Amino acid sequence: MQFDPFIIPFNIGLYFILIYAVVRSVMWFRDLSKQDKLRLQRGFFGRSFGQSLKEIFMESLLHRKIFKTNFRLGYMHMSLAFGWFLLILFGTLEADIFGSSHLNAPYKAIFFKYFNPDHGRAGFEAVWSFVMDFLLAVILSGLIIAIIKRLYSRIVGMKKTTKLRPLDKVALTSLWMIFPSRLIAESFTSGAYGTGSFLTGSLGSWLASFLPAHEMAYPFWWLYSLSLGTFFVLLPLTRYMHIPTELFLIFARNSGITTGDKAGAFTDIQTYSCSSCGICIDACQLNFSTGITNIQSAYLLKGIRNNENVKDIAFNCLMCGRCDQKCPVGIELTPIRMLRRRAGETEHVEKSILKRYFPDKPSFNPVKVSEKPSFDFLPSSRPVKADVVYFAGCMTHLTPSIRNSMIKILDASGVKYKFIDENGGVCCGRPLMLAGQDKEARELINFNSKLILKSGAQTLVTSCPICYKVFRESYYLDIEVLHHTQFIKNLIDEGSLKLNFMRKKVVYHTPCDLGRGSGVYDEPRDVLRYVSRLQKTDFDNENSLCCGGSLGNMKISYKQKQIIAADAAARLTKDNPEILATSCPLCKKTLAAATETKVADIAEIVAEAIMLPNLMKEKSNPMLIVKEPVTI
Amino acid sequence: MKKHVIVIGGGPAGMEAAGQLIKNGYDVSLFEKDKTTGGHLNEWFKLFPDRRAGSEVLDYYKNLISGKDLKIINSTVVEKVGQSGGSLTVSTKEGIEHTADAVVIATGFDLFKSTRKEEYGYEIYDNVISSADLEAMFRKGAVITSEGKTPKNVGFVHCVGSRDEKVGNLYCSKLCCITAVKQAIEIKEHVPGTKVYCFYMDMRMGGAYYEELYREAQEEWGVNFIRGKVSEVSESINNRLIVKVEDTLAGRPLKMELDMLVLMAGMEMSEAGKKLASLTGLKTGDNRFFSPADHHYGSNRSNISGIFYAGACTMPMNITETISHARAAVADVIDYLKDSKR
Repeated sequence: MQFDPFIIPFNIGLYFILIYAVVRSVMWFRDLSKQDKLRLQRGFFGRSFGQSLKEIFMESLLHRKIFKTNFRLGYMHMSLAFGWFLLILFGTLEADIFGSSHLNAPYKAIFFKYFNPDHGRAGFEAVWSFVMDFLLAVILSGLIIAIIKRLYSRIVGMKKTTKLRPLDKVALTSLWMIFPSRLIAESFTSGAYGTGSFLTGSLGSWLASFLPAHEMAYPFWWLYSLSLGTFFVLLPLTRYMHIPTELFLIFARNSGITTGDKAGAFTDIQTYSCSSCGICIDACQLNFSTGITNIQSAYLLKGIRNNENVKDIAFNCLMCGRCDQKCPVGIELTPIRMLRRRAGETEHVEKSILKRYFPDKPSFNPVKVSEKPSFDFLPSSRPVKADVVYFAGCMTHLTPSIRNSMIKILDASGVKYKFIDENGGVCCGRPLMLAGQDKEARELINFNSKLILKSGAQTLVTSCPICYKVFRESYYLDIEVLHHTQFIKNLIDEGSLKLNFMRKKVVYHTPCDLGRGSGVYDEPRDVLRYVSRLQKTDFDNENSLCCGGSLGNMKISYKQKQIIAADAAARLTKDNPEILATSCPLCKKTLAAATETKVADIAEIVAEAIMLPNLMKEKSNPMLIVKEPVTI
Repeated sequence: MKKHVIVIGGGPAGMEAAGQLIKNGYDVSLFEKDKTTGGHLNEWFKLFPDRRAGSEVLDYYKNLISGKDLKIINSTVVEKVGQSGGSLTVSTKEGIEHTADAVVIATGFDLFKSTRKEEYGYEIYDNVISSADLEAMFRKGAVITSEGKTPKNVGFVHCVGSRDEKVGNLYCSKLCCITAVKQAIEIKEHVPGTKVYCFYMDMRMGGAYYEELYREAQEEWGVNFIRGKVSEVSESINNRLIVKVEDTLAGRPLKMELDMLVLMAGMEMSEAGKKLASLTGLKTGDNRFFSPADHHYGSNRSNISGIFYAGACTMPMNITETISHARAAVADVIDYLKDSKR
């Protein structure tokens, strides 16, 4: 029997982490809601199983998404993950094929060279040794990049890298030690026996030329085993927990489980799936426009994992969703932040080691609500009858040129409509939701819902993406909800709106809540292409910027918001367009204050392009004797 | 040989500085970007607090300068002041360079562009006008709405572009309160029977006879002062303005129909001054105005020796303060040229 005491640390670590992974998975499964349990069961035995395996191969091993964002960073992750995976695979096969017996214990594969020092002299064995050396070389090249990244993050093309806790450092050191110690241990053994391929063989014979290779090898095999053992045991307490957790996440997500608006096991799984790669930091405008580098999603999740009070981090965010788009693991970062906002203040408790291995369910307590309804001053709603109801929204009332343009468009289209908040309306509720005050928001939602439902309309049109998102997601309206860009697109398609082509050079800024927030990308662009010469920018569609006027951030100053706005406007108007178009009153207001370029809502551009005969149509609303909106 | 001083800007501050420098025996050139000197004073019909005609002050400047050997270079924009050896070089937009022993910057202010507060509807609704537009109406002698009618209800919005973090101006422009009080009385004079409402945050009546005029406006002219900020303006069916405002003293929201709304636009660092500051390397403050060497005893000195400031290019000032500040700049210039070894 091949045995040596140095394998004990490795064995302890390996069996510990395997048992731990099973126990933790069972705990997560137990904590899932009934529906999510069913979803996961169906997903596990259904078609999404193949999908999950493919995703695990593409993302957890090859790291395709990181490659797309940053090649060097992608290579680093791939060489470590895929390289290690192949090393284990080929090592196991090696032990099986060339070892003394079949179906060996894992340690026999890991420490194969120690127990079979003569292996790899010639023929097939030598070829195999070459493959093993090659894989080790790939991993070591990735490790060198990782060490450089830790020391000088810019070299891998990252502006910032995440900061570490003491235990992370121990785990990181043990991780860094694994492969160099394997290299040296194998080299010494190879040197002593004259085996080994291009890497371990060459290094081994050189070392053996002036050192007692046989005696030197043994302590390094110990070091190799200790590094592995330490890393495995500490893994659940560090960010490296993301390695096993991500597998669970992929299965759960492909089974159709989403974050939703209640915290639970899925939130927990996502929180532990973050590798702190730092891509979210690079994507964040608070970082690249205002230099705030300690509130990004990687830090939020780290704070939650470490049971810290993350209230200040949770509220210092534009909620633009850029990081959700860029996260290589696909964690739903903004919904998790939203849950954290609802949780409010949390206490930091230093936990015992046992608690840290088996944390409680995350405590996203519901908000305390006041007994008295806070909006009892709201006027009683007077229902009106119409096919289409137009809800301008508060921000549209503060940008009268958008409101006037919409009235002009509605009148020109001949649609039978009613402007329900013409004389001032009630807020849609989303600003309160972003502040974590769901109960209060619900009162406003109920008020507006009644008004809309009583109108009997089939279509609700709004000019504000903030309202649009909340109408679609948090109102239970059984009617079609359209943003005005979609509505205008429909009018053009039906032929109810005849427009002139304006020769203006236009770029389009996609508002966060309309684009990433609601998935409306094409209709605004189609409308703009129909009336103007739409140009590309570096920040189109999913990669769009936040205008800086976000209602979501309660921590930064106006001045910082203005810096973000000026930076965003400068990037968007790089090619000197005549108009910077957008489709959100808040974006319009914010960007207009930050650039010399004309900023206009799509509604304004369309109203300007309306052909005259259109305006001669029967007018349905007395409000339409509006003067011309501002000329563009 | 006489020492040469260049004054940049031909408004009250520049003319005052130029006139006093001539009196003291210097060779003075005055650069003005417009066709004529006078600056914003040309636009103002009457001045607070005594409502004397703006033209009287312009006449004072005519006397100060006339018959003197002052070189006035109109329609010329100065972009940069450079230092070469011991003297200064003033470069115009056309690239012509003039040397001087000392330079007085009197580039003044620009009126806040009210279109930046879209919610007030300036240039969207015809009957939303700025304080400067109203002054032009007074000059013409006709206060009428865009439909040619006499307004029956007129509102004044204070602090447009002042004390407003959202437009990046934290400071108070100081003159708009008293201007609103003056203009409110003048409306009452021009169109008797008109109701006038002033929507203010605070009434800042810190000048000589300001408080007295504020009292007169209330007691003798019946101007209504409502403490609260206008949130939004819209138009009704019959083209009247609907103003939403919160009366913070009564603690209730108000909605009013008005025929005319006057926006009391604040003062900002002039665009010409901004360009001059960046090309010359002159320090500006958070409020974007020129930042003097010392706020207490060096309010005329800049961070470059030989360059001095006069008037509202350093902070919002009224005419009285502008004239005093310009004279103080002249004292600093005399001191500097006496000490310098050239």
